[in-house]
Amino acid sequence: MIEGNSINDDLANSEDQEIVSLCLKGEKEAYSFIVKKYMKRAYFNALSIVKNHDDALDISQEAFIQAYRAIAKFDMRRKFYTWYYQILRNLCINHLRRKSKFIDIGKFASENSDEYCDSIELIGSDADPSVLAEQNEMTQKLWKAISLLKSSEREILLLKEIENCSYKEISERLEIPIGTVMSRLFTARKHLKEIFGKLI
Amino acid sequence: MMAMLDGEISSGDKREFQQYLSTYPECQKEWNEYQKLKEFTMQVKFKDPPEEIWDRYWLNVYNRIERGIGWIFISIGAMIVLFYSGFKAIESLIVDPTIVGAVKIGIIVLLIGTVIVLVSVIREKFFTRKYDKYKEILR
Repeated sequence: MIEGNSINDDLANSEDQEIVSLCLKGEKEAYSFIVKKYMKRAYFNALSIVKNHDDALDISQEAFIQAYRAIAKFDMRRKFYTWYYQILRNLCINHLRRKSKFIDIGKFASENSDEYCDSIELIGSDADPSVLAEQNEMTQKLWKAISLLKSSEREILLLKEIENCSYKEISERLEIPIGTVMSRLFTARKHLKEIFGKLI
Repeated sequence: MMAMLDGEISSGDKREFQQYLSTYPECQKEWNEYQKLKEFTMQVKFKDPPEEIWDRYWLNVYNRIERGIGWIFISIGAMIVLFYSGFKAIESLIVDPTIVGAVKIGIIVLLIGTVIVLVSVIREKFFTRKYDKYKEILR
């Protein structure tokens, strides 16, 4: 299974490298393959950090634009998405900083958490409706708790739980050692447990 | 504990961890809580936004890339025109016999000062900030 995944990864990488080579030759249209391939993942990654649909959409697009402009600097030995993610993450952090200069962060966190709760759903809907309603209520509370985490904690937690990234992938994306991934995940889950415990 | 929770643990470490949990019931309780939390978190996912957003997505990126290139050309063109007309204006000031020498010197010094400040700002923006170790720190 792991071997199969790594073969798929290699294929995806070589495909991305080919597209990047075409972009370097000035074929702007080729870039659409990369954008269409990663747009959803990029949007959800941005959403998990900035917690707002419009901002996540705008920032993920801006990151694709900046990646295109800097494509000559892309190291072909790296995975495209890992490289793109650094740009996306920096833009999200800058956005949050700019926002925090103008508004009260505490107020922003609680106001935005309601909108953020609307952006999630339960996997599978064939359960008993009453169970589902109860689950939905709990899910909303869990999501509220997630939205109240620090952006760095929320980011690493959602990379693991929603995107199902391995420790190695998280360590590459965030440019931190695997030991730090584990300790940050522990801190994030500990805070989530505390906040969730207060909400239920 | 996190490696065990996320299934990223070797079989040897897994056995050791299970043995540890059976020895310490407090840790077993904490482990159960984390396991429940993980199960619960894994049941949710982000809602997919309406399909038309994805249909327009690439077009938006493409248009913004193209507009960006347009703005670069507009800026370069505007700079060339501005510099040339500025140069011509100064040239005509210098050769104009009706303007007194002191005013001419004043204008030249003013321009030199402006250029120095401008170059300094540009250098700070593009070079100094690039190597600033503390740029990530909020002041």
